[in-house]
Amino acid sequence: MSIAVPLIEEEKPTAPRRSAFRRVISDPQAVITGAILIIVSLLGVLAPLIAGHGPNDASLEVVNAPVGTPDYLLGGDQSGRDILSRLFFSIRTALESGLIGAGVAIVVGMTAGLVGGYFGPRIRAVIEQVFNLIMTFPGLLLLIVLMPLTRGDHRITMLIFGVMLSPGIYRIVRNVTIAVRNELYVDAALVSGVSTIRILGRHVMPVVIGPVIIQAAFLMGGAINVQSGLAFLGVGSAEIPSFGSMISSGFQNLYVEPFQFAWPALLLGVFTACLVLLGNALRDALEGARPKPTKVGKLLRAADAASAGVQAEVTCLLEVRNLKLAYPSPTGELNEVLSGVSFTLSEGETLGLVGESGSGKTQTAFSVLGLLPGEAVVTGGSIFFDGRDLLSLSENELRKIRGREIAYVPQEPMSNLDPSATVGAQLVEGIRASTGAAKPEAKRRALELLERVGIPDPNRIFGQYAHEISGGMAQRVLIAGAVASRPRILIADEPTTALDVTIQAEILDLLRDLQEEMGMAIILVTHNFGVVADICSKIAVMKTGEIVEAGEVLDVFRNPQHEYTNMLLDSILDEGALRDDPPVTATKQLNEVSR
Amino acid sequence: MLTYILRRLGIGILLAVLVTFITFWMLSFSFDGIAGGILGPASSPERIDALQEEMGLNRPILLQYGEWLFHAVQGDFGISYFTSEPVVSAVLDRLSVTLSIVLVALLLSVIVSVVLGVLAASRAGVIDKTAQGIALLGLIFPNLLIAIVLVLVLSLNLKLLPATGFVPFAEDPLGWVRSITIPVIVLVINGISNMMAQVRGTMVGELQSDYIRTLRSRGIPTGAIVYKHALRNAAAPALIVLSLEFIQMFGGALIIENVFALPGFGSFAFNSALQGDIPVIMGVTVFSTLLVVSVNLVTDLINGWLNPKARIY
Repeated sequence: MSIAVPLIEEEKPTAPRRSAFRRVISDPQAVITGAILIIVSLLGVLAPLIAGHGPNDASLEVVNAPVGTPDYLLGGDQSGRDILSRLFFSIRTALESGLIGAGVAIVVGMTAGLVGGYFGPRIRAVIEQVFNLIMTFPGLLLLIVLMPLTRGDHRITMLIFGVMLSPGIYRIVRNVTIAVRNELYVDAALVSGVSTIRILGRHVMPVVIGPVIIQAAFLMGGAINVQSGLAFLGVGSAEIPSFGSMISSGFQNLYVEPFQFAWPALLLGVFTACLVLLGNALRDALEGARPKPTKVGKLLRAADAASAGVQAEVTCLLEVRNLKLAYPSPTGELNEVLSGVSFTLSEGETLGLVGESGSGKTQTAFSVLGLLPGEAVVTGGSIFFDGRDLLSLSENELRKIRGREIAYVPQEPMSNLDPSATVGAQLVEGIRASTGAAKPEAKRRALELLERVGIPDPNRIFGQYAHEISGGMAQRVLIAGAVASRPRILIADEPTTALDVTIQAEILDLLRDLQEEMGMAIILVTHNFGVVADICSKIAVMKTGEIVEAGEVLDVFRNPQHEYTNMLLDSILDEGALRDDPPVTATKQLNEVSR
Repeated sequence: MLTYILRRLGIGILLAVLVTFITFWMLSFSFDGIAGGILGPASSPERIDALQEEMGLNRPILLQYGEWLFHAVQGDFGISYFTSEPVVSAVLDRLSVTLSIVLVALLLSVIVSVVLGVLAASRAGVIDKTAQGIALLGLIFPNLLIAIVLVLVLSLNLKLLPATGFVPFAEDPLGWVRSITIPVIVLVINGISNMMAQVRGTMVGELQSDYIRTLRSRGIPTGAIVYKHALRNAAAPALIVLSLEFIQMFGGALIIENVFALPGFGSFAFNSALQGDIPVIMGVTVFSTLLVVSVNLVTDLINGWLNPKARIY
């Protein structure tokens, strides 16, 4: 892709620590949830100091005392214990459970992940098996079976539960570690004799720490939930105050004093909710925004009404008039990537759209196809095809043009085939959509096309998946799919860039032959003047969203007007990729092709 | 493929042996308590010793385990210490209750997650915001709280549904539906929070990938592209979440079953663990391990079918 979309810079977890911290404290969700968590936690930590009563001190006078009883602010429970004090101590229990559970999970998961990720596959395989075993254990059941061993102490229970939570952390750390291990700078450090421990501490840890901190919040929430659940069921010592046991006794007493149930439930809900929301906020702040969905097939409309009314006075097959395209930046304003692109294309012509990465050539091509990403905004101009403005058509009308009249050959052949459908199935589906043929007819046509694009054994390739065929084969398959309905325009976006040099020439020959056979016009997006010289009759040179020079290939090559064209041509001639007499070869072929 | 399945099942059985041995070994720390539990709180240490002797609990662990294993491989899992029920039939009885709840919840979770996740990813905007809000709900609040609030509102206040108890499907289908509605809702709220986020996330990625654009360039209808191509490619990761979800729901059923007094696998395991009913605990462990192993195997088989690159057989 050659777009100059100033999207959010991908922040790696290795970004400077201060800026990560700043991003977290400037996020209201993180600040608010963090503050609530700190306040609630402080109440728990300071429980012995601030609680008016011991958690198990009972007094007969305050059995089921209402809210607001002097010295018993939130009343007493059914055993005459101070609810407020018990809440403080319950926070303490929850906090201990969360910290122990998450702590054990992180220590175990991280150690194993670092070892498993850093060292060879054999050690990894052993560790992997151990974690598979851990995941097979029916977790809660084990905690209960072990009750006689843990004596219901939430701290010991959470030690065990932490181990059961560790596979999640292990996975994350292992993956990150493997990725870092394969970085070249780690190889460089190894070669220069840096010790393993130092590499792990210096290069791996900083990358691992971000995702682990985020997970810690979720793990704490999970551990607190389980501890509350177990205490609710009565697993655990009756002496230990906890949200679970308070909810349980409050629930039994619901009709006498509904608040006995409401307080612990509310506090538990707020506490776990804040943990999850904090984890989400941390993830957004540290790992950057996740990809946002956009509506598939969102229509592009010219925001500029002036251009919409222009009546078409179009004589050629395709005319792009003053096309302006923009993408919204994270702050909401529009960044223009095309600022008034105009060109024409006649039947059977071959136009080379040339420019360096980011010049807007691919964006121009996608605009004509109506295949721009959902967030793109057309801010002006029109695209006339056969007298109709493509920008004013509905998705349904556009769909009838795509594939049938205007077809597309992509740049990277492998990623442009659906990995889980066979080559044949994809071709048949496309043929049926563009020609309305019945299935057997479409299959026959697909096999014919495969043969036509030079695939030696069409029947075999027909039943294979993308990962089973070579890049050159895949590109032939994609070309077969594109020309299936004999389109009038074929838009090829760098169709040879991803291929071997020998195959490049074959693919260009194939395109030329097909063009001759079917009489279609071609827009060839490329950065390679050699390709232009080889196959194009017209050329348009793009720079920063504008066409700076256009004309017959011969004229432009011989006598470039724009400084930028000159520069591009020079840079190629310097490399010797073009001979001194390119126009001659080009003209010959051009004359043959564009008859 | 058959050899692959047999090998996986073989590994599964070995795993079950390992897991049961670890469980047995851990149980052995509390054999004192178990004998005491059978005799009641007022029993003397001498009587406890005598009972342990009689039950063979003070023999070497390996010997005891070997004995259990010897019978177990012949399908004899013994009888419960407390109810004298044969372990196998007792476990299967309770398993059917739990599975009927978990499978219904899982099915609903999948439907809701896929529909909402796909809509969120392909339509964006308000639908996406709503879907994300729903997903957050299940993450934020513990199962326990959701369960209790639903009982309070639906059963105790509105009196729409029974708060507790279970009616077998064969006895009264409508009663069955009513008795599992609240537990299922609780599990579904939790289930979709993970699964929908997964479906949405992968679908967003798939829909922005190159092959989708190429398919669109062929004039293929949007619906076919979203459901036939993108969803199929997004299905493999979602399936793994689904299998984890199944295992998690199965374990989580423990709390739900106790809150709603359902005679399921979880509450059965819970009570027998509290009582120290060794044959039942061992039986429960075997069945849950085999269940997890089979779920993982089926997941991998479907995964291979969905994703040609991941075929391992």
